[in-house]
Amino acid sequence: MLEINKKVDGTALTIMLTGRLDTTTAPELEEVINSSISGVESLKFDVSNMEYISSAGLRILLSAQKVMNKQGEMKVLHPSDDVKEIFEVTGFSDILSIED
Amino acid sequence: MKELYIEAKDENLNQVLAFVDEQLEAYDCPMKTQMQVDIAVEEIFVNIAHYAYEPSKGSATIRAEVTEDPLSVSLTFVDNGTPYDPLAKEDPDITLTAEDRQIGGLGIFMVKKSMDDISYEYKDGQNILTIKKNL
Repeated sequence: MLEINKKVDGTALTIMLTGRLDTTTAPELEEVINSSISGVESLKFDVSNMEYISSAGLRILLSAQKVMNKQGEMKVLHPSDDVKEIFEVTGFSDILSIED
Repeated sequence: MKELYIEAKDENLNQVLAFVDEQLEAYDCPMKTQMQVDIAVEEIFVNIAHYAYEPSKGSATIRAEVTEDPLSVSLTFVDNGTPYDPLAKEDPDITLTAEDRQIGGLGIFMVKKSMDDISYEYKDGQNILTIKKNL
């Protein structure tokens, strides 16, 4: 189960994720990103309530990062310690900009 | 030992996770351990679902056993698909930039990093992958 909430402020988009970002739910997030990323210059993922991420979720964040490298900036906000460890083990802490 | 025999497809992932979590329930294991086990189960099951029987479909058997002293869970994934040793795959280069990063192989890499033991054998036409995690 993943709950996705969006907040748009001009060219800034914040996506709040609650629950599990896995094989089952990643396509839903991918769809939300694809339909709203055009023209966005600042993309933030608030993951404070994301309790789980597998490689399917990492793939979505990576492709969003690639898009934002061309058109602005992207940040991942407030991961839990366990999620942060996954970012570290997979080297994602070096390619994502993560804020506590 | 408990066993689940199930069609290997993404839609069954939650059922597989529920089966595994049910085995762990009585042991009050830390959230982090639970998450690491779930991730390992997801990565392995989804790999079977996507690749083992490609382009066709097939099933997987998941065996779960909790042993004590030290308390650990052992999970075995069996499929009758194409012989494939995920441990033989080279680890992804996790130092590359976003542009150059490949997502392939990342799942099994996460499994290797988070489990205490992992082994593979191909026997009697079956891929048998076993992971073990101390609880």
